[in-house]
Amino acid sequence: MTDAPEKKKLAPKLPGSLSVDARIDSWLSIDAGETVTLKTGKTEFGQGIKTAIAQIGADELDISLARVRVQEADSDLTVDEKLTAGSESVQQSGVAMRYAAAQARQILLEKAAAHLGLAVEDLTVEDGLVSSRSTNRQVSYWQLMAGQAFNAEVTGDVVPRSPESRRLAGQNVPRLDIPAKLSGGRAFIQDMELPGLLHGRVLHPPAYKTELVKFDAAAIKAMPGVVAVVQDGRFLGVVATREDQAVRAWEVMRETTEWRELPSLPNEDNLADWLVSQESSDWLIDGGNPIDGPIPDIAEPAGAAKTLEAIYTRPYLMHAPIGPSCAIARWDGDKLTVWEQSQGVFPLQAALSCAFAMPAENIHCIHAEGAGVYGHSGSDDAAMDAAMLARALPGRPVRLQWMREDEHRWEPYGSAMVIGLQASVDAGAKLLDWNCDVWTNAHAGRPRAKMDSAGFVAAWHREKSLPAPKPADNQGKHGGGHRGATPLYDLPAMRIVKHLVKPHPIRVSSLRALGTFGNVFAQESFLDEMAHAAGQDPVAFRLAHLKDARARAVIEKAAAMAGWNPASWGKGYGQGLAFHRYKNNKCFVAVAVEAHVDEAKGTIAIPRAWIACDAGEVINPDGAANQLEGGFLQAMSWTLKEAVRFDAARITSVDWESYPILSFAEAPEIEVGFVARPNDPPLGVGEGTAGPTPGAIGNAVFNAIGVRLRELPLTPERVRKMIVAARRA
Amino acid sequence: MSAATSFTLQVNGRTQSVTVAPETPLLYALRNDLGLVAAKYGCGAEQCGACAVLVNGDKAFSCTLTVAEAAGKAITTLEGLGTPEAPHPLQKAFEAEQAVQCGYCTSGIIVAAKALLDANPDPDLPAIRLALQDHLCRCGTHSRVFRAIRRAAREMKTGEMRP
Repeated sequence: MTDAPEKKKLAPKLPGSLSVDARIDSWLSIDAGETVTLKTGKTEFGQGIKTAIAQIGADELDISLARVRVQEADSDLTVDEKLTAGSESVQQSGVAMRYAAAQARQILLEKAAAHLGLAVEDLTVEDGLVSSRSTNRQVSYWQLMAGQAFNAEVTGDVVPRSPESRRLAGQNVPRLDIPAKLSGGRAFIQDMELPGLLHGRVLHPPAYKTELVKFDAAAIKAMPGVVAVVQDGRFLGVVATREDQAVRAWEVMRETTEWRELPSLPNEDNLADWLVSQESSDWLIDGGNPIDGPIPDIAEPAGAAKTLEAIYTRPYLMHAPIGPSCAIARWDGDKLTVWEQSQGVFPLQAALSCAFAMPAENIHCIHAEGAGVYGHSGSDDAAMDAAMLARALPGRPVRLQWMREDEHRWEPYGSAMVIGLQASVDAGAKLLDWNCDVWTNAHAGRPRAKMDSAGFVAAWHREKSLPAPKPADNQGKHGGGHRGATPLYDLPAMRIVKHLVKPHPIRVSSLRALGTFGNVFAQESFLDEMAHAAGQDPVAFRLAHLKDARARAVIEKAAAMAGWNPASWGKGYGQGLAFHRYKNNKCFVAVAVEAHVDEAKGTIAIPRAWIACDAGEVINPDGAANQLEGGFLQAMSWTLKEAVRFDAARITSVDWESYPILSFAEAPEIEVGFVARPNDPPLGVGEGTAGPTPGAIGNAVFNAIGVRLRELPLTPERVRKMIVAARRA
Repeated sequence: MSAATSFTLQVNGRTQSVTVAPETPLLYALRNDLGLVAAKYGCGAEQCGACAVLVNGDKAFSCTLTVAEAAGKAITTLEGLGTPEAPHPLQKAFEAEQAVQCGYCTSGIIVAAKALLDANPDPDLPAIRLALQDHLCRCGTHSRVFRAIRRAAREMKTGEMRP
């Protein structure tokens, strides 16, 4: 008999991004100057991740925030934490930092014990100064380390602080990035200074499908301050000494360059019909996962007292950052350095390496903060454009910023969707089934490491053009177009189907919360339809279908905050509530709003809104509230105002007049309340409100005027039409 | 484009000269010649407010106002309000309310709020909304901005009443 093979001892799975890199030195360093650098592979864009990382690291290390410097994503300096997306940053980077810093503190204590000839148990730490309880001997982290590395890995055995003993995590620490932003500091990539910096602009074609007819490079080259005109196929750019000279050259290029535009876009007035009539690949969604196999027909449940069906739609939507995308690039021989504002330095590095057919190690991507991005906006394209321009001027850094029209017309939009729903209730007002068919374009399209295609506009337009990658959606659990489509409610039967529409006439990619905004708008509106059909109060109806205590708690809290009172509804006033747990595994959020609807004008006013959230342990409650409020206001803007407009050839939404967003006149006052759960793991909040917001608004409108609005956006003209159609029916 | 000309600009109480083409938008002279980067390019068309500054006390859009037009007038940018060490009540209130996400729109909004409070030290919510009607924020800090401006107004009033 042979010996049984020795059981391989598996290391415990390390939390968060430590599974990528467990070396303490990858996460922090004890620096000269009595400071500590905390390193994250995530990127700041105003969501507060730098501050959260600082709070967590400083807490575990027992140092003050004043000693902390946070190193953001840099392809030479930080762990490859992929993208800053999906409300994952605290769970991945924050949790890794917590364990790395706790272990570092333990090592520092052991070093101090050896240095002082005392036992670890005899030592305390305050702001990096290790003191003996029994003697007056002391030594600081900086004396112990003197610039040395830890040369050790996180084992996961060192237990971080208990929630009760945290001093910073869980507190409303003011965000570290804000003071510079309030005083004209050089807070943004648009403000960065580099020796010899030049300024670039790129003239994009006016439509997706174009031929270049006439471009007078010589005339542009002769303009004041112009140092280079870059033409590579349909990629046209200019570099000048002064920024205003580059802008002026761009304006002249725009006026004088001639293009032939080819029609390629569907009719925007029949977008929903177009989506459902195209060829699609169809997936049954089981437990949040797309699975291969036949799509079952909708089965009529036995015992149905009432069956409803409805179709909801959302248009193509923009990220539309207030600051157009920007990047700085410099070529030094065969090395490229890019300062950029994308959501991931490593994915961008890999994609640039393929686009320029050069080794990734020759490309250094350094994150620098730009305006908010809300997903995959034009940031990566700006990096590629800047690199294209800078190639003409070796050794010189070139800053490229997109003009407003570039951003509006060429960013990758969030996909249009059609969501068909059918459900039945029995005589006891219990839901018997839930059927959801989603027609959508992809919600993914970021630049990838591919040699035969490219996710950069510039790569499509070059003489040696690379095509856009074949559109493919995020097929992961609760991924792209099916994100948000699977209700968290207790339902006896569910049939969720994703129809991934094959033609992609319009450039699309990841917009905050992906399919969630459309899917949960439909889901939470239709749930109210079912509640009303069953003669139930919408809040009571939700609670009757939810055993999950955390879900119930936020719904009850939002209803209480709003003073939920169905007796007050009617004559143009209504309250509405909607619930969602983002990705079915992130924070629990219920949103309530009150609406005043003017039927004659078709206007919807939302003076007040309430958000109830359970995000487990909250590192910075005010920062999390800011994210939830911001997500609400952005989703409110999508709901009431936004749709990408186009004609047969061109995107016609090219500025803030042709693509209006929420104004200060329309913004409500918002109250946020947390269900405190400091002992539960932190759950990301950045996308928590995007799902419930549109449903809460639609439900409030219904409760105000008795008309169900199923087509976004709810602009006055469209609302008037929907009211007339509903009254006629 | 006309030839570069020397212009005298009075910005935040200092007199400085820049040599630019007369039609150069003030925004670029502030940012690139004078190193005052608070005002931002957002749209170039007076639609978003990211570039707002004060000219003789009134709000103006520096993305369309030319250097020639601005020359000789009293220009105030966010930098002229206060510093992190000695902040203006508005800067203090925006910090206290954390009324910032990405912050790209913030400079223009604070400048607009300064013009509002100079004209109306005790604005109600509709007055604040009106003053910000030509400003956009994409991150969704609107309700915090309302709170911050009201807080600044309160503090400025209390400050005046102090002996």
